[in-house]
Amino acid sequence: MSHTLALIAVMATVTIALRFLPFLLFEKHTPGVVLYLGELLPCAVMAMLVVYCFKGVQLTATPHGLPELAAAALVILLHRWRHNTLLSVLGGTAAYMMLLHIFA
Amino acid sequence: MNKTFRVALTATLPVMAGYLVLGMAFGLLMTDKGFAAGWAVLMSVFVYAGSMQFVGAGLLAGGASLASAALMTLLVNARHLCYGLSMLRPYRDAGAMKPYLIFALTDETYSLVCSPSLPPEVDSRWYYFWVSLLDQCYWVAGTAAGCFLGSALPFDTTGVDFAMTALFLVIFLEQWEKAKSHLPALLGLGAAGVCLLVFGPSSFLIPAMVCIVAGLLALRPLLTKGGSQ
Repeated sequence: MSHTLALIAVMATVTIALRFLPFLLFEKHTPGVVLYLGELLPCAVMAMLVVYCFKGVQLTATPHGLPELAAAALVILLHRWRHNTLLSVLGGTAAYMMLLHIFA
Repeated sequence: MNKTFRVALTATLPVMAGYLVLGMAFGLLMTDKGFAAGWAVLMSVFVYAGSMQFVGAGLLAGGASLASAALMTLLVNARHLCYGLSMLRPYRDAGAMKPYLIFALTDETYSLVCSPSLPPEVDSRWYYFWVSLLDQCYWVAGTAAGCFLGSALPFDTTGVDFAMTALFLVIFLEQWEKAKSHLPALLGLGAAGVCLLVFGPSSFLIPAMVCIVAGLLALRPLLTKGGSQ
């Protein structure tokens, strides 16, 4: 039990350290290159997180990622149409849950 | 309810769906591995890092060494370094809330605070705070529910966690439309796609992150020419 507690403490400490490190290093003086990265990283990182969400999709086995692709396409269409985040997210999620039932 | 809280609450609804479901999954996993609810909740309060907690449940169950837990956490969570870099400016004047804002900067919270288009009457500092706090409340509530309800849920929730995928897609689209150049987004897609193929689904994030930072540095002359800073 004390080992479990120690493990959790280690995981918490390392996670917190990683989150605080950029602030501790660059708070007082922020070099230009860090500002540049800070400005452009969000776009690139969100792109990476989108890929991350689809990492478990099996293209070679049925249903060949079809529910994921169709629901993602619907999210994109809904969002280009109304630019309403809630509508796009709810529509896409509802469609995905229905598609899972259909293909199940 | 004040306006800022309402805007924050609305913004976090997709994360609520995702975190409740994933939090429950984490609670279930911990219970499965024989840990009392307190341990699961303790992790969701103090570690508060989705994917790391799932890995961590395995480490706890297997009685891993402290050093290997530290190394694993470092690898799984290294991407958080980048989140901090882009929040240096927005969080600069957050005052007393700042330590909590930094502590609670998960992927999903980051996605909501990194480039929000807020109405002018909304106080951005309080928006950051409410988004951070609400998200963690969903996560902890989901974890506790997973421990106590177990698999006795009355309805079929399969697929609800797609809400988070949809949210990431929407944020990506908005950034795409606002961006002066699409190169960073394309770089992110390309790097992540190639690294996923090369390194596999469980270990591609770190190499992708390295490629993205290296790529952005290499593209700096090109991307700063057009008058952006």
